[in-house]
Amino acid sequence: MNEPGISRRSFLACSGALVVSFSLWPELAAAQEARKAPALPGSLKSTPMLDSWIRIDAKGDITVFTGKVELGQGVKTALVQVAAEELVVEPRRIELVTADTSRTPNEGYTAGSQSMQDSGTAILNAAAQVRVILVGLASKRLDVPVDRLTVQQGAVRADDGRTITYGELVAGQALHVPAQPQSPLRNPGTRTVMGQSMPRVDIPAKLTGNPIYVQDLRLPGMVHARVVRPPSYGARLRTLDTSKVEKMPGVLKIVRDGDYLAVLAEREYQAVTAMRALAKGATWEEQSTLPAQAGLYAFIQRLPSQDTVILGSQTSPGFGAGAIEATFRRPYQMHGSIGPSCAVGLARDETVTVWTHSQGVYPLRNAIAEMLRVTKERVRCIHMEGSGCYGHNAADDAGADAALIAVAFPGRPVRVQFMREQEHTWEPFGSAMVSSARARLDGNGKIAAWQYEVWSGPHSTRPGTAGNLAPARHLQAPFEPPVPKPIPQPTGGGDRNAIPYYRIENARAVHHFLMSAPLRVSALRALGAYHNVFAIESFMDELALAARIDPVAFRLRHLGDARAHDVIRTAAERFGWLAWRKQRGRGRGIAFARYKNLAAYAAIACEVEVERETGRVRMVRAVAAVDSGEAVNPDGIRNQVEGGIIQSMSWTLYESVTFNDIRITSADWGSYPILRFSNLPDSVEVHVINRPGQPFLGTGEAAQGPAAAAIANAVADATGARIRELPLTARRVKKAIGV
Amino acid sequence: MTARRVIPGPFVSAALATTAFLAACTTLSVLAPIEPLSRSSFDPAMVAKGAQLAAIGNCNVCHTAASGKPYAGGRPLKTPFGTIYGTNITPDPDTGIGRWSESAFLRAMREGIDREGRHLYPAFPYDHFTKVTGEDIKALYAFVMTRDPVRAETPPNELSFPFNIRSLIGAWKVLYFKRGVFRPDAAQSAEWNRGAYLVQGLGHCGACHTPRNFLGAEKKRSDQAGGEAEGWHGPALDAASPAPVPWTAEQLYQYLRTGLDDLHAIAAGPMEPVVRNLAAVPEQYVRAIATYVATLAGQPTAVRKKKAEDALLQARDEGAAYPRIERANQNTAGSDRGLQNGAAVYAGACADCHDQGRHASSGGALHLALGTAMTIPTSANLIRITLEGIQPPDSEPGRWMPGYADALTDEQVKDLVTFIRAHFGREPPWPDVADELRKARQVKP
Amino acid sequence: MITLNVNGKRRQVDVDPETPLLYVLRDHLELNGAKFGCGLGQCGACTVMADGEAILSCVVPVSVLQGRRIKTLEGLGTIESPGPLQHAFIEEQAAQCGFCIPGMIMRAQALLEKNPSPSQSEIRQALQTNLCRCGTHMRVLRAVERAARTMKAADAARRGSGR
Repeated sequence: MNEPGISRRSFLACSGALVVSFSLWPELAAAQEARKAPALPGSLKSTPMLDSWIRIDAKGDITVFTGKVELGQGVKTALVQVAAEELVVEPRRIELVTADTSRTPNEGYTAGSQSMQDSGTAILNAAAQVRVILVGLASKRLDVPVDRLTVQQGAVRADDGRTITYGELVAGQALHVPAQPQSPLRNPGTRTVMGQSMPRVDIPAKLTGNPIYVQDLRLPGMVHARVVRPPSYGARLRTLDTSKVEKMPGVLKIVRDGDYLAVLAEREYQAVTAMRALAKGATWEEQSTLPAQAGLYAFIQRLPSQDTVILGSQTSPGFGAGAIEATFRRPYQMHGSIGPSCAVGLARDETVTVWTHSQGVYPLRNAIAEMLRVTKERVRCIHMEGSGCYGHNAADDAGADAALIAVAFPGRPVRVQFMREQEHTWEPFGSAMVSSARARLDGNGKIAAWQYEVWSGPHSTRPGTAGNLAPARHLQAPFEPPVPKPIPQPTGGGDRNAIPYYRIENARAVHHFLMSAPLRVSALRALGAYHNVFAIESFMDELALAARIDPVAFRLRHLGDARAHDVIRTAAERFGWLAWRKQRGRGRGIAFARYKNLAAYAAIACEVEVERETGRVRMVRAVAAVDSGEAVNPDGIRNQVEGGIIQSMSWTLYESVTFNDIRITSADWGSYPILRFSNLPDSVEVHVINRPGQPFLGTGEAAQGPAAAAIANAVADATGARIRELPLTARRVKKAIGV
Repeated sequence: MTARRVIPGPFVSAALATTAFLAACTTLSVLAPIEPLSRSSFDPAMVAKGAQLAAIGNCNVCHTAASGKPYAGGRPLKTPFGTIYGTNITPDPDTGIGRWSESAFLRAMREGIDREGRHLYPAFPYDHFTKVTGEDIKALYAFVMTRDPVRAETPPNELSFPFNIRSLIGAWKVLYFKRGVFRPDAAQSAEWNRGAYLVQGLGHCGACHTPRNFLGAEKKRSDQAGGEAEGWHGPALDAASPAPVPWTAEQLYQYLRTGLDDLHAIAAGPMEPVVRNLAAVPEQYVRAIATYVATLAGQPTAVRKKKAEDALLQARDEGAAYPRIERANQNTAGSDRGLQNGAAVYAGACADCHDQGRHASSGGALHLALGTAMTIPTSANLIRITLEGIQPPDSEPGRWMPGYADALTDEQVKDLVTFIRAHFGREPPWPDVADELRKARQVKP
Repeated sequence: MITLNVNGKRRQVDVDPETPLLYVLRDHLELNGAKFGCGLGQCGACTVMADGEAILSCVVPVSVLQGRRIKTLEGLGTIESPGPLQHAFIEEQAAQCGFCIPGMIMRAQALLEKNPSPSQSEIRQALQTNLCRCGTHMRVLRAVERAARTMKAADAARRGSGR
């Protein structure tokens, strides 16, 4: 196994401070050379050597490496399809290796729906260039000009019938060359693998009990650990009595480092009961660090903020009389991963290895190294799947716990598993947000002036640094969280999709980045786009109503992009928008957004039913249209969009983190209810508009915002009451509709 | 209420026969149908008031079927005499009460007679609603008549002979029904009186919390002495209150308002919808109810106070000792195999959540030394909670207990509840465990 | 020593009898299907079957399960030879992260063994205990319906051929 990191020690020592640039391959210099030339596509920019991505052995077995990870979004399958297409091999010939700091390219985080754009593009191009190299080698070996050679099924064939397999062609360092800016991509019109709904490569093993998840990892000699987290953010350990815990069966060690507590035992349930005893033996001094939930939004708007005008000028457009205004609110919400976070750590031979479901093994590796006060080469992070994370959940924390506890108990693998309450109360939440929208219509049903301001806490506190790992904050020598920084446009964080995709004269948008957040927050699927699209698309409906124009037509007249028109029209048509007739208690709504204004397009139309007596909302059916550019796996896209709609429905109708002035009080599924089967819609349809040859557009987060707004618009249509605060609980809706 | 065979003695039979005859002779007037009223003909303030009163009266519970539209009837209510179906009280003109005038509605509430002059079965608790003032009935009428009309025929009742003879209810009324609006007690505070009015009237708490006689009438001299509803026991609220720790008005208010009081109970079974309804009612009404109910138990006796101390001590101490199995064993009475088995089931399936302090779960579950289900005269409630668990209403936050119906065999459930009764209830064993378990197993989830 | 019957095999484990079945399945018997989702009986990720009933293995101690026939995901089929439900879920691609799916499959198995022709509403009701965060619910329903059809057809064929 190639361990370039260790051999680069001297290089890194010379390069000085820990720089947030994670390229450690020996050919760093070559990469920098390549960068001076026209930019390489996708992640080839930072990892230009072809054999960083694709290796072929003498048997012809192909290994594709990606710095991205499977989160349940089907990326492994999609990347296999991409590679198989350009290499012209059957997909089952390809083994895909996902992020491992010792083996794969560094592609940062699997986040932001960037995987196809970054890794897919890199692999598409790398595979095409590898194919061309192989054909070149075949041409020499067979002594046949290139234009008389064809490629199929992992072999190159001359027009006289002679064939030579990839395995026979590849020797030595043939693929150890840097990528070129241009690739001889195959004709998108002749796709055989991409564009097919190839069944997911990972599903069969998961449904038959094979050990796929990090939760299933069993290593020889493995022991079990549980942590005891403080009961609240500001809690300090006052006393600790471990006498009972030490005597419990199977207990191997109690770990204490400042306020950091953990216990190790031979068997898992022994660790669980020991953890409870350890928690019982600890007393904490807690402080009131949280605002009152009742006044949360006012509190948020008073926090110190970094204000940026992200659209328009420094001054507000003139609104005059007749302006329409609305304020929208969204509470803290959870990732709510079904499987609480887990990691396995092993400290042996001067190295700490962590098996983790973190979205970013390279940044995590750096943060753990910093936390352990060792050099990066001494830490290796290997991704193994967890349950869906939907962003920065507690996975990195668990990885840090595994590392800490492993170092305290070296030589044997240590498995750390969070309890449900720990995940619920310590995971970083999706930030609470407030936004205000204001607009003026001209006399012709068009928006003449527009202003949108959004207040939000940070949407990324991912490790890169140790201070963003919860365990590191409780150590005797703690690491402080760094001052959070906003994610710049065009991607944005709290201001993601705060700039409307619509063509609006006199538009202005301001982002108030709150530099502190009373609750721990970080990236939750779609980041600020969930709230901003909810707000903007609700507001568009309010404007359409004021202009007395159909909501679909109102949107279309403000959009220039034909692809935006296509998704909206498709969703509306398939929903039966024009023929729809209102029944008592029912309403319909539509919403559109282009994720980040540069990724996938999504339009969602839905029908809801509102129970008058209780205010309970049920989505009856949803119809979505999605344009992801070239659709590598259409069913994969449908799965993600269906899932996004259902998940967004749960957020939108039920979810809100609860807290008092000291603690997070939503500590289990009872106190933080999410959607159950009884509340499902009758149907969810997703129509994928495939555009072969077009760049891949990230889709995993495209449905969150439009689904929320479609539901809110449908509720307003059903009841006549416009509700602008999430979630649209039965109680809130009932209050709005009255008796 | 157990389905006992009802065989009255000779004197009572003669009295019944006479009154029945007399009652049957009385013709009751038909009140003229009206044209269905439009929503706008009602004052919104009255409608809003009516909504609150309907919440206190829990009208939606009996008048809405499991998957039916609100107030459209169809919900079966099992009684010892057969099954009665809640009627459609939406303003549908044909299948609901859309053609009922306000007088007809008032007569139904006060006297238990429908628009066409037929007696209503006292499953509709007009023996309580008779106390409701004219103003409040007016508000209720405004509320009911502005609901969404639903076309839904109420299924016919399934009553055994002679209870299916409606006119005999006249006789029942002669014996057991006392008409009349609530009269405040001048010696009590305004809040107490309001509470008494709500509890005795719309709240009809006695319907579940008062024992009934062989003809299903509440025993007036045993008001709130413990009753039954749909297989669950409604604990005594009077001096016979079985609550380990006596309820204060504040605790009752918390329980009624939120469904939870940490020293007593979480609302389960038929109390769940009651508490859900009360959550939407103005605070002062619920406080008044709590104030009144708190006085029903009277001052706790010395014996009761000692029991409360013991219970609180047990709740505090249990969480201290480790490991569980030994502790459970040393507290079980003698070497009774069943109790030891029950202790083992408790230790493995219940203790993690129910022994406070062991487990920093989401607020922890009720310590069983404090729960009323352990100290009431019947095992019905504990068995049902064990089998079904307790879940908050659909998609609303609340405490969550899983059900053990499929995890435990009958033998294991019996041993478990017997152990819990002995160890936490500290009362003599229940005689009805096998019976109640059999009934509880028949309930469809 | 606790003796359990798991997927038709007699297994002996040296554990505290209070240990919830879930930990015994995963830690001692190395069966991965049942998952730790909450340990509180609220999410269903730990669902397995005991004597044909779906149970939440995270809140049921092994002491009460001696003598009962326990079935886990592994008892339904393998990757080479998946059972009808597993096959149906694969055909319908009814998984995103897949973590909740084994619990769903076990609960569906229990349902279909009792009620081979459930209505959509009955399936939804049965699965109420099981949470899915990825939003795969609609596919799960389709997979269960598909499996019901397959299992009924197979059953009819078996009966038809007199076996």
